[in-house]
Amino acid sequence: MKLEEARVLDHREIGGGYRLLKLAAPAISPAVQPGQFVHVRVPHYETALLRRPFSVYKTEGSSLSILYKNVGRGTATLTHLQPGDSISLLGPLGHGFPEPAAEHVPVLVAGGYGMAALYLLARNATQKGVAFFGGRSAQDILCADEFTGLGWDLHTATEDGTSGYKGLVTEPLDAWLSAEGKDRTPEFFACGPNGMLQAVGERAIRGGWKAWLSMDRNMGCGVGACLTCVQKIRQEEGSWQWKRCCKEGPVFEAREIVWDEDVEAGNSKPASTPNAPVKM
Amino acid sequence: MSVDLGGIRMKNPVMTASGTFGYGPEYADLIDLNALGAIVVKGISLHPVKGNPPPRTVETASGLINAIGLQNPGVDGFIREYVPFLRRFDTPVIVNIWGRTIEEYEQVAERFDATDGIAGLEINVSCPNIKEGSCMFSSNIEMFRRVVAAVRRKTKRPMIPKLAPDHAHIADFAKAAEACGADAISLINTLPAMAIDAETRRPILGNKTGGLSGPAIKPVAVKQVWDAARAVRIPVVGIGGIYSATDALEFIIAGATAVAVGTANFTQPSTALEVVEGLRSYLARHNLASVRDLVGSLQT
Repeated sequence: MKLEEARVLDHREIGGGYRLLKLAAPAISPAVQPGQFVHVRVPHYETALLRRPFSVYKTEGSSLSILYKNVGRGTATLTHLQPGDSISLLGPLGHGFPEPAAEHVPVLVAGGYGMAALYLLARNATQKGVAFFGGRSAQDILCADEFTGLGWDLHTATEDGTSGYKGLVTEPLDAWLSAEGKDRTPEFFACGPNGMLQAVGERAIRGGWKAWLSMDRNMGCGVGACLTCVQKIRQEEGSWQWKRCCKEGPVFEAREIVWDEDVEAGNSKPASTPNAPVKM
Repeated sequence: MSVDLGGIRMKNPVMTASGTFGYGPEYADLIDLNALGAIVVKGISLHPVKGNPPPRTVETASGLINAIGLQNPGVDGFIREYVPFLRRFDTPVIVNIWGRTIEEYEQVAERFDATDGIAGLEINVSCPNIKEGSCMFSSNIEMFRRVVAAVRRKTKRPMIPKLAPDHAHIADFAKAAEACGADAISLINTLPAMAIDAETRRPILGNKTGGLSGPAIKPVAVKQVWDAARAVRIPVVGIGGIYSATDALEFIIAGATAVAVGTANFTQPSTALEVVEGLRSYLARHNLASVRDLVGSLQT
């Protein structure tokens, strides 16, 4: 974990209101593991005290990229960053995805910019598997070529049918599971809205498979001190304990997660990846 | 730069504020803990506490409202899990303690009195985030006296009651703390606050209300420190929205012997060390031998 003044190398819109921000971060970038995130202090937004967490999309040597969408004041302010500008990064943070087990087929499931959080895992995996990406429309299916280029078998689903299956991403996933899942045991890696994560987790538990879910929670300090981003995690003998999404998470195995918290805390509306702090 | 905070020898006057620095290890990779004046750890109670349901914090303009609910591993868990780590540093460790009853405060104080590596106790009588307990100790001066006097009987360690931001009576509370044997006082704790989601017409925080911190409360805190410091002879720790050496200087000039950096740890973990450096250069620029020469030096 390092605190670093990163320099903007490139910053461009990639369609659909999504932006790709590439930063020179020599202290942080080489240490990033799949599923980890960086905590960004939004420049020129002094009235905002908290950093904003973003999944690391790509790392290339001393640089790293994040993918984000303008969803609030913090991200709106970020859109003004120009190459050469400096930005404070804290990272890499969190406990990311484990390495896919060789005996299973890795299955990626993502919604919206959740795909970004899965790219490093897809790149590092020795065995390429299947990926299911969903979104509202074709514009929300990001970096599809990047995944197919790495050798992943990509299936898409959109609510308006502009890319792939018309409907939820779980539908082509279910079709694949009933056709192929019988012979090959899947291991899921997922990032996206809570509803999607829960649906993937349920399938894994039912099938007796593992599902690694990247949880999205409001985040404060990012280093485990403030206890903002807590998630109920199942303990033995039926009890539960808070775990910090910034420290023990954001990735947890489906069996560990106690979902009832979402109902209690009014968090049941679809969230997104760590890219989107709910309160901006 | 060194100061004496009611018997706690600090190499500089900059501490971390309770609840914003975890128990130390959280920030140890990012900053040199030996460079801090003191570490004040998150509030510890007799038994482990799970705290409030999320959402637990919400950002507001230049502020942060928190309602963590004093989640902590309990006195035994803290001593087991964190004290060995903290002992490795040459920085005084001040433990923030709280209870639901006076007996709980006493028992926690006794446990720490028997624990090596604890430089002092900050007494939290003013956290707005638990339903029962602490609040009554901060709003009622008689209850406040009773808890401070009770802890005094149980500890020989320097004792620092942390005052609630009570506008009207802060000087009375400061005097009461001094009369009950406090070695120093710290102020201010967070201000009671809430934020509402207009779309859903619901409170944003799981606990509905919380405590406001950050630069939004700094002017309030400076005034409270000024009022409290003039009322007592014991040292005062100034807390509230410190993000820079200039902020810290306002508190020191108003009468604070030491300051604590709080919410800024979340924004920029290096803030406390930047404040130390900024104070050092201010002293040099103004030809002052010691930060002690600045304490309460307000010109009116």
